Amino acid sequence: MAGRVLLIEDEPNIIEAIRFILSRDGWHVDIHSNGLTALEAVQTRAPDVLVLDVMLPGRSGYDILTDLRADPATRALPVLMLTARGQKADRELALRSGADRFMTKPFANDDVLAAVRELAGG
Amino acid sequence: MAKTALTGTRVRARRLDLGLRQADLAKAVGISASYLNLIEHNRRRIGGKVLGDLAAALQIDPANLTEGADSTLVQGLREVAGAFQPLLGRRPELGQTDEPFAGLSHAQPRPATLPTPPEPSEDLADRFPGWAAQVVVQHRRIADLEATVATLSDRMSHDPHLAAALHDILSSVTAIRSTSSILTGDQQPDPAWQTRFQRNIHEESARLAQASQSLAGYLDRAAEAGPGTATPQEELEAWLAARDWHLPELEEPAPDIAALADTAGFKTPQARDFAQDWLQRAHQLARVLPLDRLADDLAEGWPEPSALAHRFDVPVAHVLRRLAALPPSLSPSPVGLLSSDGAGALVFRRPIDGFPLPRIGAGCPLWPLYEALRRPDQPRAATVELPEALTRRFHVYAAAETRVPGTFAQPAVIEATMLILPHRTAAEGPARLVGSACRVCPRAACAARREPSILALTRDSF
Repeated sequence: MAGRVLLIEDEPNIIEAIRFILSRDGWHVDIHSNGLTALEAVQTRAPDVLVLDVMLPGRSGYDILTDLRADPATRALPVLMLTARGQKADRELALRSGADRFMTKPFANDDVLAAVRELAGG
Repeated sequence: MAKTALTGTRVRARRLDLGLRQADLAKAVGISASYLNLIEHNRRRIGGKVLGDLAAALQIDPANLTEGADSTLVQGLREVAGAFQPLLGRRPELGQTDEPFAGLSHAQPRPATLPTPPEPSEDLADRFPGWAAQVVVQHRRIADLEATVATLSDRMSHDPHLAAALHDILSSVTAIRSTSSILTGDQQPDPAWQTRFQRNIHEESARLAQASQSLAGYLDRAAEAGPGTATPQEELEAWLAARDWHLPELEEPAPDIAALADTAGFKTPQARDFAQDWLQRAHQLARVLPLDRLADDLAEGWPEPSALAHRFDVPVAHVLRRLAALPPSLSPSPVGLLSSDGAGALVFRRPIDGFPLPRIGAGCPLWPLYEALRRPDQPRAATVELPEALTRRFHVYAAAETRVPGTFAQPAVIEATMLILPHRTAAEGPARLVGSACRVCPRAACAARREPSILALTRDSF
């Protein structure tokens, strides 16, 4: 098995597609859909790679990521951030918040797969 | 037309147009060629007989030699120069020249016999009025286009309906793209998954259709309501603007406010109800601050609002709102007004030229409006400067009022108001550097910035 991915996303059909392609590639995929409890999910699931959406119920992906980077336990967790907003300012905000990679929606499945592999060091 | 120091330039230009040699013209007028040369280079002022003789020799009216470029055009060029100052990193070329004082130290007094050298803007306007006018027109067009882009981008960023609709659409498109890519890829999923993904595509397609229709309907409604009138607040402001921000009906003792709102032609019932509330408040102000008692105060210019508030025993914020609702004939100058709720969102906007206002959401955190919101018991006044051009200064008064008193169960509802007036004197002295809204503000290093700007950030003047 390639590793463990935690996908924090609230759109059901996007979840299903991403989970399918990652699972098919050998990844174990956990899902979490609520921004308010996202930090606990990261601590519980201990993923190798985090795929994090920006627009989440309860809390934005930027805020979640900022907190993850402030915690020594998750400071180095590889994070791929997904968003529907692809302006330069949004990209810069994602990187400033601590994202390792930033991808705008709609994305190509192969790009997500390649990013996860790269972030996991594969 | 302004008189300028460019008489010599015009003499020279006319001489050259007529194909005359300098020596020949000088001889015709009875002066030396060297003296004529000094005149033509604006190093000697002329008048009286010499001017008359030159004009006669040049077959031109003397006034055509002494009257300068259109002062409006010169002012326009100064604005252009000022706008480029942050980019160039130096002061605009006002009053700077490298002749004829090259070599003179700044400590040496200017010889009394030498005239003041022409300002480059004036020189350009006088020599090439057509090109100068083009520069001014293009600069203003660029400024208008930048404002339009900023407004549109501001709307995309801050219109919650638009943002939600676009998010829905992009989410559906993402799901459809990702799912269909799986179905059409090299590795076909098993039949159960194929069925599942086909169902997902169907669901998302329906959602996409609905979201698209909703967005189209929203934009259509906005278009029908007219430019920039998508919200009840904007409908009210557009209607007031069409009425020059003054409603004589409200000056009557007992106006039929409901009928006034009904006949205004608002597109939505929400706008009509919103307007009725506003009209009711405005009528109350008209009752306590009647025009006949304000007219004398306004005759000499804008009165100090707190003095009026004390005299009429009303809150300062009421005076500010009343001053922004006067008949144009009583207003000493253009005026703008902003009101903000306790969250900082702008709930009323009367624009004033040169002071851009954000379409939705809060404005610049450095506005005195927000100081007043934080200290409802303390009115504020300040001279503020906008980043668009060096001469864009305004004097603002801000005050807050309690619209709904607080209780032990609920906090008070506070509203702040800021009156915006053109600065009366030349752009000198200290001023608070403010912007319109962070997203469209070019001040790069502002400590109060809350989000990145969409405009290319230039050298900051902080």
